[in-house]
Amino acid sequence: MIKIECIMRPGKLENVKEAVNKFGIHGITVTQVMGCGLQKGRTEVYRGAEYSINLLPKVKIEMVVPDKDVEEIVKIVAESARTGEIGDGKIFTCKIDNVVRIRTGETGEAAI
Amino acid sequence: MKILRVIIMALTFLMTLPALVWAEEAVEAATPAIDSGDTAFILISAAMVLFMTPGLALFYGGMSRKKNVLNSIMTSFIAMGIISIQWAIFGYSLAFGPDVGHIIGNLDWLGLNGVGVEANPDYSTTIPHQAFMIFQMVFAIITPAIIAGSVAERMRFPAYLIFIVAWATFVYDPVAHWVWGVGGWLRNLGALDFAGGTVVHIISGVSALVAALVIGKRKGHGTEPMIPHNVPMTVLGAAILWFGWFGFNAGSSLAAGSLATIAFINTHLATAAAMMSWVIVEWLRYGKPTVLGAASGAIAGLVAITPACGFVGPMSAIIIGLVGGSVCFVAVAIVKAKFGYDDSLDAFGVHGVGGTWGALATGLFASKAVNELGNDGAFFGNPGQMVPQLIAIAACYAIAIVGTFVILKVINVFTKLRATDEEQDIGLDFTQHGEDAYADTVSGVPFGAGV
Repeated sequence: MIKIECIMRPGKLENVKEAVNKFGIHGITVTQVMGCGLQKGRTEVYRGAEYSINLLPKVKIEMVVPDKDVEEIVKIVAESARTGEIGDGKIFTCKIDNVVRIRTGETGEAAI
Repeated sequence: MKILRVIIMALTFLMTLPALVWAEEAVEAATPAIDSGDTAFILISAAMVLFMTPGLALFYGGMSRKKNVLNSIMTSFIAMGIISIQWAIFGYSLAFGPDVGHIIGNLDWLGLNGVGVEANPDYSTTIPHQAFMIFQMVFAIITPAIIAGSVAERMRFPAYLIFIVAWATFVYDPVAHWVWGVGGWLRNLGALDFAGGTVVHIISGVSALVAALVIGKRKGHGTEPMIPHNVPMTVLGAAILWFGWFGFNAGSSLAAGSLATIAFINTHLATAAAMMSWVIVEWLRYGKPTVLGAASGAIAGLVAITPACGFVGPMSAIIIGLVGGSVCFVAVAIVKAKFGYDDSLDAFGVHGVGGTWGALATGLFASKAVNELGNDGAFFGNPGQMVPQLIAIAACYAIAIVGTFVILKVINVFTKLRATDEEQDIGLDFTQHGEDAYADTVSGVPFGAGV
């Protein structure tokens, strides 16, 4: 099993949700996060006092999927989250040892 | 035991007050008729002006950081409690009581003794004297609350409370007497101030600057981001102030009629013009028209037109607003940064500077064609009007600077003025009041903000 962690533009969240849902992934976790990367921060001015805001709002989507589906899902997520401009975000994948469904106690791929 | 004795003495004093009032009322005879329209208008105006103080609370509260919003609101709101009592017991008498040497009222009206529901030939010929008294009370309430803006986020609350009572007594009440009291020396001099540009805005704004300098900068000023935590709150506060200001300015004509209408229209036009002027100047300089700028510009216009609103024509009001918005923007955005003082929420930049411009503008734009009771200004053939205006401004600066400095230094002997660095780090909401405004209180600045 692989965890796919995608940090992306908040405005593309619906796109990505819809695309992975269509593929058959129903379990995702979404978090509002702040971050910085290649995209520059922004400046805000309050009564003439300028402040630089270096961290920008992003969303993080996490999902755990069977090994065989990883490549395709990553492609789907990347395509549906892309605008082509700096600031589109990143996708990370990592191995997951085990999954437990709390309600039933099922483990492994049966639990995702 | 000591406290008990004080309470008993206070109660005894309070219980004798009604007797004093009745005794005085019996003496008064044939007084002019009360006009129901005027009375209705002044009572409603007084309620509107009172509502400006919670408006100011929101205006300031939105501009402070999350951890200080309650303290900022409280500094305004508490004035509705403490100054009301001060005014009824002796403030009104000091400001409007029978004149002593053109400087101050005497204590004949202590505890509103003699301030009845008949008309007063000096101040309120068509409304009950008490209506005039309550209308003046709400002015006395908001004025010290304005000062809180410059020392926001760092002044200890107990020191602040003592300060506003002392300041109301030794600075506001005398200046109100000078300008508005029968026998007051600035009134005799012919200085024009329709609704309180000098009495309310100059002295509060200048005192605010002095207080900011005496108490010192906030911890982290210039190195930590200090960003308004809720601009919508500030805009709501500005809107309430704008609404209430119609009571403040139009109500100052003390009668419902043509003069009140002139003041009402001028108030609105100058505010509209100042809002546009601040936004445009800011847009040109920083590339964006900010909402905070629109709210600030509106307040600058309200301040600037206050002394002039009953003496000038509508086109003059627009010019006063246009200049007022730009001048206050320069004071707040450029001059403050240049000198480096920490006027947290720009009480001086808006009220001191806007009030000074308004007092000058009254001397420039006043016209007898608008209000016969006023005078012609420099642009209407009477440059001499600038003399009393300048004297009034200078006198107000002088008493505000000296009065505020002395009061703060004396208070400092008994209790600290400034919250410690640690208290400022934690925030005044918790350290002064033991409360938090919001459940998700974090650092008090937007996550990830830098200077």
